[in-house]
Amino acid sequence: MPVMNMVQALNTALREEMERDDSVVVLGEDVGRRGGVFLVTEGLIDIFGEERVIDTPLTELGIVGFAIGMALNGLRPVAEIQFIDFVYEAFDQIVSNAAKIRFRTGGMYNVPLVIRSPCCGGIKGGMHHSQSPESYFIHTAGLYTVMPSGPYDAKGLLKSSIRLDDPVIFLEPKSIYRTVKEEVPEEDYTIELGKAKKVLEGGDVTVVTWGAMVHMVKSAAGLLKDKLGAEIEVIDLRTLFPFDKDMIVESLEKTGRLVVVHEAPKTLGLGAEIAAFIAEHHPELLYGPIIRVTGYDTPFPLAHEKLYMPNIARLYLAVKKVLEY
Amino acid sequence: MSLLGRVDIDPEKLERATGLYRIIDEEGRVVGEFPDIGDEVLRDLLHYMIRARVLDEWLLRLQRMGKVAIHAPNKGQEAIVGAVYPLRPEDWVFPSYRDLGVYLVRGMTEEEILDRALYNRDDPLRGSDFAIYGHRKYNMIPTPVPVGNQIPHAVGAAYAMKYRGLDTITMVMFGDGATSRGDFHAGLNFAGVFKTPTVFVCENNQWAISVPLKRQTRAPTIAFRALSYGVDSIRVDGNDVVAMYKTAIDAITQARRGEPFFIEMVTYRLGSHTTADDPSRYRSEEEVKRMERYEPLRRLRKYMEEHGYLREGEYDEIYKMYYDHVEKAAREALEKPPLPEDVFFENVYGDKIWVLELEKEEFYESLGIMKELGLEVE
Ligand SMILES: Cc1ncc(C[n+]2csc(CCOP(=O)(O)OP(=O)(O)O)c2C)c(N)n1
Ligand SMILES: [Mg+2]
Repeated sequence: MPVMNMVQALNTALREEMERDDSVVVLGEDVGRRGGVFLVTEGLIDIFGEERVIDTPLTELGIVGFAIGMALNGLRPVAEIQFIDFVYEAFDQIVSNAAKIRFRTGGMYNVPLVIRSPCCGGIKGGMHHSQSPESYFIHTAGLYTVMPSGPYDAKGLLKSSIRLDDPVIFLEPKSIYRTVKEEVPEEDYTIELGKAKKVLEGGDVTVVTWGAMVHMVKSAAGLLKDKLGAEIEVIDLRTLFPFDKDMIVESLEKTGRLVVVHEAPKTLGLGAEIAAFIAEHHPELLYGPIIRVTGYDTPFPLAHEKLYMPNIARLYLAVKKVLEY
Repeated sequence: MSLLGRVDIDPEKLERATGLYRIIDEEGRVVGEFPDIGDEVLRDLLHYMIRARVLDEWLLRLQRMGKVAIHAPNKGQEAIVGAVYPLRPEDWVFPSYRDLGVYLVRGMTEEEILDRALYNRDDPLRGSDFAIYGHRKYNMIPTPVPVGNQIPHAVGAAYAMKYRGLDTITMVMFGDGATSRGDFHAGLNFAGVFKTPTVFVCENNQWAISVPLKRQTRAPTIAFRALSYGVDSIRVDGNDVVAMYKTAIDAITQARRGEPFFIEMVTYRLGSHTTADDPSRYRSEEEVKRMERYEPLRRLRKYMEEHGYLREGEYDEIYKMYYDHVEKAAREALEKPPLPEDVFFENVYGDKIWVLELEKEEFYESLGIMKELGLEVE
């Protein structure tokens, strides 16, 4: 089995889906000759030509609006937003149209659109190349939101997203585009949307996380065991909406303690929704408070980004707190 | 205007929007009416352009050393200094991220630019973002990184000037790619409708990363598009600093009378898009080689040498003087300590907000734990 990084896995998924289905097209800024600024679409233009791998004018609202039109009329566009921080011009198109056309038309029309985009921090990208805005999309009825944490999942989740008949916001943590490598099957496979993955077994504290934070959390497991005697169970959510409540509940039945880790700011981050869901439906499972380790409620800074982002020290404090309660 | 009558366009306006205004050609020859600008101004323009070129080189070097996060090379676009030079200090400038010459003309020093680029303790923007420069004391607003966002801001600020009875104007810079954004449309449209004292300068360097101009618009020129918003425009050889300067004087005069004006500066980006880019993927070396002949400093130097403004060897002396200056400034800027660790809690709101106060406490606690456990996070 070939070993790939996430860029290669995503590139493979796009190529295979385009080979499989003529209606799949790719569009965005610099996705053609340049192959995307992170090279996720590298080489596709040579295989599929300019009509299917489209370098667009520089307007996110144009890209998304145009892609919605394509999706209404038989195509399956995969639109790239160069950095998710630049999606806001397209917000009206996403929120008022991609997400709502099925509802508005009484189910007569649907929008099989994937908007894929690099997200999150960790590459000294400053305030406009580092954001984790998943909550805006999760908050909007009609959208799926997905964020893989590694190459294997990236390929399978992107394929499922392209085959889905509803719009998907597909967020790719750019800091792990090339750092995480794993075996990725050459054959076709998909990963069901809405299903999380247990990446570490443990009996003391459930840590729910996603994206690049999965790796930060896993790397802390040894320290937490040594210093606090705690074995953490780590759940990689993968699909952020609709999230896999069953896996979280099942884990809590064992641990009774929950920490949620995400890069997005704390206020109204997905951690708030997960905490509220457990508090509302399964308070009996909890021994203590649910703690969130998140980005702070400030813009993402250029200076000291590693201190801004959730890190091992902050996770340590959270786990200690839930254990000591 | 009668509803069913025809509407005429002033052919002169059309001519200006589709022609190419130039004074000094690529070989330093005078091909247009040379304005009476004075030796002082000519030397100033030369010095600003050289300073921009030297600083550009240094920022590239510092980026390669891992000290600067990302730099957007300026080489080839230094004639932008001609556009800002005739402004008054009280006028407002909304520059782009590739405008070292603009920052310098507005009064920012090399030292200040380096503190910003290295986001050290003296960074006036407090480590907010990379490749953005500006300062309130220079009436220069640091650019938003989302391309084109600053365009409507310049229009609104100009409206406020008019509203407040000031005789100042605003000037805004942006690239050819930015003309595809909604911000461009809204900005130009509002300027036309509300007749704001705004000068737009589109630095058309032919590329938006890998996307060539013909992928941004099928309109014959960008200046032609401005006309369609009722904003007078001109297409200028943007590698000819004298033409840029002369154009700006006229544009600024018109803006001060309360009419917006649009300058399409036709230029070429000789470097990569940013230090994170690899242009060999989308454009040929030959194209760049061919365009080097047209770059703005080469021709100004030729003109000035041939007309006795520069003696032999003087250009190199000036260059070296600024080079040495920046070398020293860079060394000093690198020695300064970083910004405080809690800097990102500043300037989120004007007031104290309990959410941030609480988070700040948690933050300090985490710094303590890092020390206690010997964790290296940064
Ligand atoms: C809204 C938005 N989309 C995408 C980007 C990424 N990006 C940065 S610069 C750039 C190209 C800009 O081209 P142009 O306006 O011609 O300016 P130039 O860089 O050539 O000076 C792109 C696509 C961005 N910064 N903002
Ligand atoms: Mg450009």
